[in-house]
Amino acid sequence: MRIDEVPQDHSSTYGGHSKLVYAVDETGHYQRAQSDGWDAEAYATELAVHELEEQEASAWADCRAGRVSPLLPLMYRYRFDEPGLAMAAGLWRWRLRRHFRPAVFRRLPARVLARYAEAFGLSVDDLRRYQQEPGA
Amino acid sequence: MNFQHRQSAHCESGVMANLLSHAGLPMSEPMAFGLGSGLAFAYLPIVKLSGLPLIAYRMPPRHIIRTLAKRLGARLTSATFRDPEKGRLALDRALDEGRPTGMQTSVFWLPYIPEQMRFHFNAHNLVAYGRDGDDYLLSDPVLEEAVRCPAQALQKARFVKGALAPKGLLYWVEDVPREHDWERLVRKSILSTTRIIDSAPLPWIGIRGIRHLARQVRELDPANRKYNRLYLTHIVRMQEEIGTGGAGFRFMYASFLDEAGQLINAPALNEASARLTLIGDDWRQFALACVRWCRSKEEAGSFAEIAEILDRIALAERGLLADLSRWSKGKA
Repeated sequence: MRIDEVPQDHSSTYGGHSKLVYAVDETGHYQRAQSDGWDAEAYATELAVHELEEQEASAWADCRAGRVSPLLPLMYRYRFDEPGLAMAAGLWRWRLRRHFRPAVFRRLPARVLARYAEAFGLSVDDLRRYQQEPGA
Repeated sequence: MNFQHRQSAHCESGVMANLLSHAGLPMSEPMAFGLGSGLAFAYLPIVKLSGLPLIAYRMPPRHIIRTLAKRLGARLTSATFRDPEKGRLALDRALDEGRPTGMQTSVFWLPYIPEQMRFHFNAHNLVAYGRDGDDYLLSDPVLEEAVRCPAQALQKARFVKGALAPKGLLYWVEDVPREHDWERLVRKSILSTTRIIDSAPLPWIGIRGIRHLARQVRELDPANRKYNRLYLTHIVRMQEEIGTGGAGFRFMYASFLDEAGQLINAPALNEASARLTLIGDDWRQFALACVRWCRSKEEAGSFAEIAEILDRIALAERGLLADLSRWSKGKA
């Protein structure tokens, strides 16, 4: 990649920052250069974020309908997947899956809720509030 | 404390280059990456991220730190902590003693990282070089400037649980020899990289890994549009977004070959650098082809065409590595 080919696509995914890249100058040697975005990369990032948002929205709908506990939409909101959340909370994956059931989640003791709260960076009270008003 | 922040393409090589420079051995990021034998390729179908395979374009976390310290004979002290409070005190003590301190953190909990870039990647590296009130002064190598970070947020980022959990890892360079036999070091580190990429015994590592990825792309089912889009953009994200990207790593290694060639007066390395630049350009073409497929409503080229780019890359990387291997053994 030559310096004049370094993409400057002002991608919003960079949040106004620039990345450092290495590119070749006229003499054929490498120099440091900055890039403020590349459309191809931004497209991939946005698609991934969008996918998570869609999963979250549909999980909240399921939650309001009483089909799942708020744990599932919150998992997507905080950008976890199942193995990721299970590890972050320090619980077996089958337990996490069980806690997606509203009736099971409602009866969870505070010490288990505290594990999820920590993984999400929330308080246990916040978690309980989601239980009462899903999607709030 | 006077610490020179320098923006880098990749966190681990950037932190090591900045720490070594601070300790008295001036070092560019590409040199740290090359001498630390950071370049690789791996397709790990067993490690799933949201159900998709992990694809890495470099060696696993901490490889560059360890390898570089060993090769340069640097005295590197590191510690992890079971008790977060002890980890916090150890960091404060190191800073009070005037040491710029490298550390491993999660990306997700760092408030200064742009929202859309915050994913649960727990092997990010940065340097703390001071404290001011309730803030730490950080040199995060992927950012343009040094930043401030509230103590509570940094503590959370250092002690997240999960895959690659940092466990509060801290490290610093106690001291590093100033004189080196650069030619020997360059040969050794290049040889090690050629072995990793071209002679790995597993079918998912190195050149065989690239071919494996090509096969996966070729065998995608065109009817499965949603999955294909997620899969192809996932590859692009693993390549371009996660810690600088595949093309980025190729260009950084090419920059290392360029600098090393000038340093030890080895024109063969400068030629290799030019070849690797073309390979990096092909990686970018591959990313573009993936995104073009996802964007188009109609069939925009077949998977076979995308896979062909990968086959071409695999062939070119193999040829280049064979030549570099010969050079590093002194036969060319």
